[in-house]
Amino acid sequence: MKQYGLIDGSESALQSFLNKLPGVDAVGADARAAMLATRSIKTTSKRWAIETAISMVDLTTLEGADTEDKVQALCAKAVRPDPTDLSVPSVGAVCVYNDMVAIARRHLDLIGGNHVPVAAVSTAFPSGRASMKVKIQDTKDAIAAGASEIDMVIDRGAFLSGRFIDVFNEIAEIKEICGEKAHLKVIFETGELVTYDNVRKASYLAMLAGADFIKTSTGKVSPAATPPVVLVMLEAVRDFYEMTGARIGVKPAGGIRNTKDAIKQLVLVNETAGPEWLKPSLFRIGASALLNDLLMQRMKMNDGYYASPQYVTID
Amino acid sequence: MINGEFLMTFEYAPAPESRASVSIKSKYGHYIGGKFVAGEKHFRTINPATEEVLSSIALGGKKEVDAAVKAAKKALDMNWSKLSGRERGKYLFRIARILQERAREFAVLESLDNGKPIRESRDVDVPLAAAHFFYHAGWADKLEFAGVGTNAKAHGVVGQIIPWNFPLLMLAWKVAPALATGNTVVLKPAETTPLTALLFAEVCEQAGLPAGVVNILTGDGSTGALIVNHPGINKIAFTGSTEVGKIIAQSVAGTNKSVTLELGGKAANIVFEDAAIDESVEGIVNGIFFNQGHVCCAGSRLVIQESISDEFIKKLQKRMEKIRIGDPLDKNTDLGAINSRAQLEKIKDLSLAGDAEGAERWSPKCALPDKGFWFAPTIFTGVTQTHRIAREEIFGPVLSVLTFRTPQEGIDKANNTPFGLSAGIWSEKGSKVLWASQKLKAGVIWSNTFNRFDPTSPFGGYKESGWGREGGRHGLTAYLKGVAHE
Repeated sequence: MKQYGLIDGSESALQSFLNKLPGVDAVGADARAAMLATRSIKTTSKRWAIETAISMVDLTTLEGADTEDKVQALCAKAVRPDPTDLSVPSVGAVCVYNDMVAIARRHLDLIGGNHVPVAAVSTAFPSGRASMKVKIQDTKDAIAAGASEIDMVIDRGAFLSGRFIDVFNEIAEIKEICGEKAHLKVIFETGELVTYDNVRKASYLAMLAGADFIKTSTGKVSPAATPPVVLVMLEAVRDFYEMTGARIGVKPAGGIRNTKDAIKQLVLVNETAGPEWLKPSLFRIGASALLNDLLMQRMKMNDGYYASPQYVTID
Repeated sequence: MINGEFLMTFEYAPAPESRASVSIKSKYGHYIGGKFVAGEKHFRTINPATEEVLSSIALGGKKEVDAAVKAAKKALDMNWSKLSGRERGKYLFRIARILQERAREFAVLESLDNGKPIRESRDVDVPLAAAHFFYHAGWADKLEFAGVGTNAKAHGVVGQIIPWNFPLLMLAWKVAPALATGNTVVLKPAETTPLTALLFAEVCEQAGLPAGVVNILTGDGSTGALIVNHPGINKIAFTGSTEVGKIIAQSVAGTNKSVTLELGGKAANIVFEDAAIDESVEGIVNGIFFNQGHVCCAGSRLVIQESISDEFIKKLQKRMEKIRIGDPLDKNTDLGAINSRAQLEKIKDLSLAGDAEGAERWSPKCALPDKGFWFAPTIFTGVTQTHRIAREEIFGPVLSVLTFRTPQEGIDKANNTPFGLSAGIWSEKGSKVLWASQKLKAGVIWSNTFNRFDPTSPFGGYKESGWGREGGRHGLTAYLKGVAHE
């Protein structure tokens, strides 16, 4: 159990640590995010941002209607986002439900995508409403099927009713199962935590419990990865690094649909956590539609005109 | 790999706003009685970021001041005083809309002449200037309902002298209430930043404002003195240094001219240990580095509780390393050029005084352009009340950090200044904010924010920071006589 020597694992120590965190002034956080959204990213820096954003996308399909063929198509796109231009990097990961992990892993390996990890949403995603036994089994299954990244949801009910230690213990237990085999991303569902103070508390709670990444949302609840929420999480990983020397990743997910949104996220990273975080091992963007807009903007930068959507593949 | 050069890190490529929207004449005259009148003597106005000469500006003398006051008086008697409030309001609405339509032109011109970042001229100066005209346009036909009785009347001809830090915005603060209340205007923009006021003369033309209602005289302090001392002027409105404000107060003593003065400041930003730290850091940065610190209400003293000061200063320094300094027209620039060589020298002198008095100076590593007037964002720690940099207005990007142990000590230090324009309180505890705001002696008190301006809110100072208020109902009544002031 990771606690970085900051707390002793007891409920009182955790409560007191979280309660001592400085508050977030919502007006100020909104204003800072809005100011950073005015950054004008053009020419060479836009090229860099598009390329980097593609490599950070966790290409996601999380639908009841997912099928084997659908997931395979997604894998093909993840490895070679633009079939006409092999210089486009592969995306950060493919993100699927538990039962699709084996299919995704097998297909990625088959098509030369060994380097693309499979991320599985876990612990009774998206609601987190299941017994711990089920959540553990869910995670074990995914890892056994080849997931090297686990995107777990926290129990928002426990968090909102102040049972931080329960949330902490769940994360710590799942982390133990992940061990060295899988990276753990902890999803807060910030749209349900609502306040920035809660987002900050959840960030520290997850980091103390052993999260490798903190992630905003499931994509099933709106609002999701709003710039000020991501700002607060980036401040948390920055300050946590100061305290412990450990760099924790951040993954906004949900609502980032076009290149402009993605570039705003990269600006937030650059000017909050710092340039050290601008790589796929420390920053991911959970998205599906975003990738095509990035590809179209990339084509535009190369050709000088906007292509019709027919020139990018739909999945 | 995308075609072309590929960066290894996220460096923002230059993103300059185009100068194409602006055309600057090589020489300007005065705007008197609805016409541009050639001047006799001229001086240059330059771009402080490059020292490029922008134009040649007329230096107003006695002849021009006489002509402008005469034109304003004529317009008042023959035209403006005969119009209903509703008709006056129409002109103000028109001016506001034209300012919005020509916003980009004004923003670019302001950044060229003043040195401020385009992000600020575009997002703050120009929209707020338009907002002041819209706000006062609404008052023009409702003066009887302003709580000033039915006998309140315009002063007549108003002399207005404005500073170089927010040239267009300060013009709007002055001209909009004056016109709404039925006065006519003789306005002098600052010597180093006359261009947007001269462009505003074009806006008056475009709005069809009757000739002589607004007259714009360019010049230096001597021109200002001629306006202040002119017997045909009924009211003086001045924004600028406390030093000049005192001279004006002496000049008008014994006359029946009304005066409002908006002068210097040495505002304290008090950060309590229970503040929202990250947002407080942003607020401190905004408080002192907004507009290069050329802000009379700038939060130039950080008064911080000792229990959090080390951690806070570290965070502040990290944040300051992200401040982007350079070309004011670049959309990503946070800190632009110092407005003039003289101001730069003043900032340097006071900073050297800080060094000499034993305060510790820190600036982030940053490359400053070779040409033009530049000063890196700077903080001094270990400052005490007896240091000059804790008492005198630096009017530049220089922050003095003082610490306190108890809330009362924080308030005492904040109030221990001859000024009293603004103050900031940073705490997440509502009761403490209310307590502190009642103890602070300042005209404007911001809580968990700083440098927020709105035409509905009165602005002005205690003590040596000035007389009277601008903005809101309070500011409006300063342009009316026969008002029972509180």
